[in-house]
Amino acid sequence: MASGVKPRVKVPSSASAGEAVTIKTLISHPMESGQRKDGDGNTIPRSIINRFTCDYNGKNIIDVTMEPAISTNPYFEFMATVPEAGEFQFTWYDDDGSVYEEAKAVSV
Amino acid sequence: MDFTRRETLALGGAAALTFVLPFRANAATTEELVNEFTGGADIADAGVELTAPEIAENGNTVPITVSAPGASAIMVLATGNPTPPVATFNFGPLAASHEASTRIRLAGTQDVVAIAQLEDGSFARSAKTVKVTIGGCGG
Repeated sequence: MASGVKPRVKVPSSASAGEAVTIKTLISHPMESGQRKDGDGNTIPRSIINRFTCDYNGKNIIDVTMEPAISTNPYFEFMATVPEAGEFQFTWYDDDGSVYEEAKAVSV
Repeated sequence: MDFTRRETLALGGAAALTFVLPFRANAATTEELVNEFTGGADIADAGVELTAPEIAENGNTVPITVSAPGASAIMVLATGNPTPPVATFNFGPLAASHEASTRIRLAGTQDVVAIAQLEDGSFARSAKTVKVTIGGCGG
């Protein structure tokens, strides 16, 4: 449902083996909390991204369970170890069943 | 309509209960969530760090950072929100530092609580009061 969802990820394009890199992710999403009301006093139904995961070559880095208290356009910043060349996979899971994916390759 | 002293007392008591109970119910959910996360285990004070602004002008986006060396999971709760849970961070084998930043919504001035499950299975807790000028839950 949520239209115009666009993931943005900032990852260094190269790193030395075993280096810890900072990853910043942002995804445009209204994150409707289910608490707000529209002009007629009807509650706007909840529509959020409820889970975010980041993996590197299939190994998990972070897995976040999100609740309605996460702001619009959810932003995350965290650190990851890069053991060898490979690819970061970012996955967002929407309430409506959509899955948004993004991948970034890193050379060593 | 005349009130006897007994009736007045009963009414006052009932009124007090109606005002006190909703707050108690909210506090209970926070406690319940903590208990669910920890399984009723003891919680230490040191081991997790929660960084949040002292005063947040806009409750819609309050930047927070949680950090707990060696933690496998960190749960963040906003005790004064209509729904207290905020997020749970689970760290995998490739997480370099067990630290994460995000932006959260806060309905008003309240305590933000972070609870971390440490490597040895014990739990740590950290809380911070954030003053919110404009609440971030619609309304």
